[in-house]
Amino acid sequence: MIEFKDFVFYVLSFVLIVSGLSVITSRNPVTAALSLVLAFFNAAGIWLLLQAEFLAIALVLVYVGAVMVLFLFVVMMLDINLDKLREGFWDYLPMAGFIGLLMMVEMVMVFKTKPFNLAPIAEPISNTSNTEMIGNTLYSNYVLPFELASVVLLIAIVSAIALTLRDRKDSKKTNPADQVAVKRQDRVRIVRMKSEEKYIKPKAKERT
Amino acid sequence: MIGLSHYLILAAILFTISVVGIFLNRKNIIILLMSIELMLLAVNINFIAFSHYLNDIAGQIFVFFILTVAAAESAIGLAIIVLIFRNTRSINVDDLNRLNG
Repeated sequence: MIEFKDFVFYVLSFVLIVSGLSVITSRNPVTAALSLVLAFFNAAGIWLLLQAEFLAIALVLVYVGAVMVLFLFVVMMLDINLDKLREGFWDYLPMAGFIGLLMMVEMVMVFKTKPFNLAPIAEPISNTSNTEMIGNTLYSNYVLPFELASVVLLIAIVSAIALTLRDRKDSKKTNPADQVAVKRQDRVRIVRMKSEEKYIKPKAKERT
Repeated sequence: MIGLSHYLILAAILFTISVVGIFLNRKNIIILLMSIELMLLAVNINFIAFSHYLNDIAGQIFVFFILTVAAAESAIGLAIIVLIFRNTRSINVDDLNRLNG
């Protein structure tokens, strides 16, 4: 008799693997991005089974809510030629399939050995919630890595803006380098002309 | 009964799928980035499974940091893709031979 929790695990992992396959084989990048959303959602379900509630919710919020929306934005913003990008897809399949199969068989062999055959533990000893435990550890033992992570995020913000920033075409901003590089010949023209006997008030356009 | 090895094998399958995806979609940078995200997800599943079965919260802290770094990485990667597309009008990896490496 199969337990309900095991059944949930098998359903979630089946959908996870199918959506992962759909990510790498779909023709359209939009379909791939939506399949990746499904994969992340199922992974969050598996993390819930492993009692990592905080990270499961964080995965849904950060990935499904932010990163995948960013992906979809970029995919829809770019006008890409799909046929050109699919060139050679089937040529690499035998090689890729062989290497993938080899990797998978080797990893499964390793994971079938004794040290990885842990039985599920009983309920966690501490009575605190998952979020509270993560918070206690994160802000005590891992406080410096936590601050480094915030620096990483700051650098990501700055660099993403700096990379994609483009000046407006109608901007009235002056360029100081151009101003410094101005030569006398660019601005002043000396015209030799005969002096006139009677003063005539010069017209505006003749003034040089 | 589901043991640790079930989760590890699931993560291994997911990791293999993303490696095959990198092989197959050699020309499309966006799918390459998605495959990398899938790979990081497989690694995170490993971390959380070990954290649960060894009853050690440190694994989940590491997943937290990996999520942070992965989000930063995909934001910068997408910014670079937008920049590449603006300059070359294509995201084909074969067109990215400016540096003549």
